[in-house]
Amino acid sequence: MTPPAAIRLSPSDNVVVCCRSVEAGESFVVEGQTLSVTQAVPIGHKLALFALNPGDKVLKYGMPIGSMTAAADPGGWVHMHNMKSDYMPAHLRDAAGDQA
Amino acid sequence: MIEAWLRADGRKGIRDAIVVVYLVECAHHVARRIVDKVDDPRVQLIGFPGCYPNDYALAMMKALIVHPNVGGVVLMSLGCESFNREALARHAQENGRPVETVVIQQSGGTRGAIDAGLAAVARVGAIADAQAVRVPMAMSELVVGTICGGSDGTSGITGNPAVGRAFDTLVDAGATCIFEETGEMIGCEGHMAERAANPAVADALIASVQQAERYYRAMGYGSFAPGNAEGGLSSQEEKSAGAYAKSGSRVIDGVILPAEQAPGPGLYLLDVVPPGDPKFGFPNIVDNAEIGELIACGAHINLFVTGRGSVVGSAISPVIKVCANPETYRRMEGDMDVDAGRILEGRATLDEVGAEIVSLIAAVSAGAQTKSEALGHQEFVLTYKASAPAGPACMPVAA
Repeated sequence: MTPPAAIRLSPSDNVVVCCRSVEAGESFVVEGQTLSVTQAVPIGHKLALFALNPGDKVLKYGMPIGSMTAAADPGGWVHMHNMKSDYMPAHLRDAAGDQA
Repeated sequence: MIEAWLRADGRKGIRDAIVVVYLVECAHHVARRIVDKVDDPRVQLIGFPGCYPNDYALAMMKALIVHPNVGGVVLMSLGCESFNREALARHAQENGRPVETVVIQQSGGTRGAIDAGLAAVARVGAIADAQAVRVPMAMSELVVGTICGGSDGTSGITGNPAVGRAFDTLVDAGATCIFEETGEMIGCEGHMAERAANPAVADALIASVQQAERYYRAMGYGSFAPGNAEGGLSSQEEKSAGAYAKSGSRVIDGVILPAEQAPGPGLYLLDVVPPGDPKFGFPNIVDNAEIGELIACGAHINLFVTGRGSVVGSAISPVIKVCANPETYRRMEGDMDVDAGRILEGRATLDEVGAEIVSLIAAVSAGAQTKSEALGHQEFVLTYKASAPAGPACMPVAA
């Protein structure tokens, strides 16, 4: 069986999780939607299932895991450049990089 | 069948370690040289670096030296540190462990203390062997801990929920299971409370997570490492949701504190965050500090879930490493006991990996080496911490 490229963990989720590393330009079907991957991301990272706007709650496991700070198109990478924790900032090694 | 070591207090161990304990950093080098020279995986190094008194560290050390996996104790003292070596030795003795104390200031310094320590290890080991009582042990008598470290976006999908399935099986079999840590349950407290055995436990679960959130906010950092972000986790609450999956689905019977023994079989949350304002820094500086706490709570074995990849083991209790990420597994197979990442590749189900973990626990309990044991990993970390008062853990298990 060919494993899916990404999975939706809960029916209410608006992001999917990559089951393998995906490449820019690749497209595949998840939950009946065709997602076009806009940039390469490694396994375990999240892609938007729908268009997401700043302020939207990001839902994974059926739970809010933070809020969008910038928009993402379907198939776009959802990570610390466009979402942040609603609880506390996360420390990164690269101080010049994305700070939530 | 598990053939265990029966201890004086009735508890059963799956290993028979002789621990060489440095009671202050000044005695660390001498203790390490002794363990290196003996060169027997049974002889293990643990210790506490500080010279000021600390109730938490003392409680931890008292729990560790009479852990059911420990058969004998050699205490290495410089001579002037504050750790109460007489009380520790008495505690070991009262719990049926052969114990000797070497005081470096009274033993001719480094060379004399190493020689004295080597002789002490030999005598303690011989007494432990002579008084060993082997008895059968059931899976229901096991205490199993779980921790995740080096988490990534796969940890919460494969490794942690697979451990959760294994925990469900163990709890159903009457075993004692402990998951940590409250700083990685932030955002999950409501879900946990719904699984509580009674309203008092629900309140304790919520209070412990709120305490963790206050503490980490005051420190300025949550339990979130750069590698977590590189592996796809974007927020504390996302990491928490994944970490929480390792608790499985059964009723949560209580909250216990480091070095406390669970009052009975069932599922417990280990509250690792002290009450009040931060006093000695981060609650646990690294995963091995938490592994040490799970062991001090009686864990015979710890299940360690990693996505990014960790190589650690521990002294006293074996660590079974469950690798959540199939790419990491291929890079680090020599360190990983379970390939949970194959769930993502459609090569196994969560139930299958959960059952594999339970089988591995049985095999390791019966003497099979984990990968970290075979590689000689015996990491151990114990630092200062504020002691929490004996609290919710003392509540009775729900009838």
